[in-house]
Amino acid sequence: MGQRDTKGVSLASNEGFLLKLELHSDPQLLCVVRGALERLTEVFGFSPPDRRSVTRAVDEALTNIMRHCYNGRTDQPIEMYCARVPPRSSDSADGLEILLCDQGPAIDPAKLRGRRLDEIKPGGLGLHFIRQSMDTVEYRRVGSTNQFRLVKYLQPSKQSRAL
Amino acid sequence: MQISARHSDQTTIFDVSGDIDLANSPEVRKALLREVREKRTPRVVLNLSNVRYIDSSGVASLVEGLKASRDLNLRFILFGLSPSAREVLQLSRLLKIFEVYDNEDQALSS
Repeated sequence: MGQRDTKGVSLASNEGFLLKLELHSDPQLLCVVRGALERLTEVFGFSPPDRRSVTRAVDEALTNIMRHCYNGRTDQPIEMYCARVPPRSSDSADGLEILLCDQGPAIDPAKLRGRRLDEIKPGGLGLHFIRQSMDTVEYRRVGSTNQFRLVKYLQPSKQSRAL
Repeated sequence: MQISARHSDQTTIFDVSGDIDLANSPEVRKALLREVREKRTPRVVLNLSNVRYIDSSGVASLVEGLKASRDLNLRFILFGLSPSAREVLQLSRLLKIFEVYDNEDQALSS
């Protein structure tokens, strides 16, 4: 992945940087981020179901950061970077990459698998929603930063020229 | 998010509006569990027609309400699901677990 930011954040491409948001780990701000993503994904050219998928995945990832990385503290920093990434192959379309960064403790990757759905019980659904909604879901630790990278690709016929 | 209750003959209908997410799902959970566990209302109905978005914590609250109802042999009904709400219940394979109707008339006549 190419470097694009002085804080060690690396996005997949130096081109196509679309949006950066900085927010505190306050659940009251989740609706603000959802609003921004709903508009961004619409302008990007996603279908209504895919707009909801991307918005849902980012919302769930932010919820996990607030609950598990910051243990409910509402004053901790979160950064979100959105960028256009190139197609995976010659017959596919561009994608939207979202990188979420927090300063919480490192996460055990084994806890990022999610739970089985064959038991009816509350909790543990967020990771499942994220994996179902996105084409790429990655986690890595860079220095003192947790980085969650989510990518959703446009359907080839739906690629927008707006952005 | 706002939640209010209407009561009639052995039934409580909760009208919920706005998004249900981490910021307010505890309020929904509290209202549902009080109605089921403390009041033991025979039929609890959730009107979700003005709810545009439900996250996993909101789904968890609904599951808790459903499980508490089943434990006490009470009914727990949803109606008016938005596309987003329907999607999350499908993704979590819970859509067939809940009693779901399109509108209030269907829910109350069931």
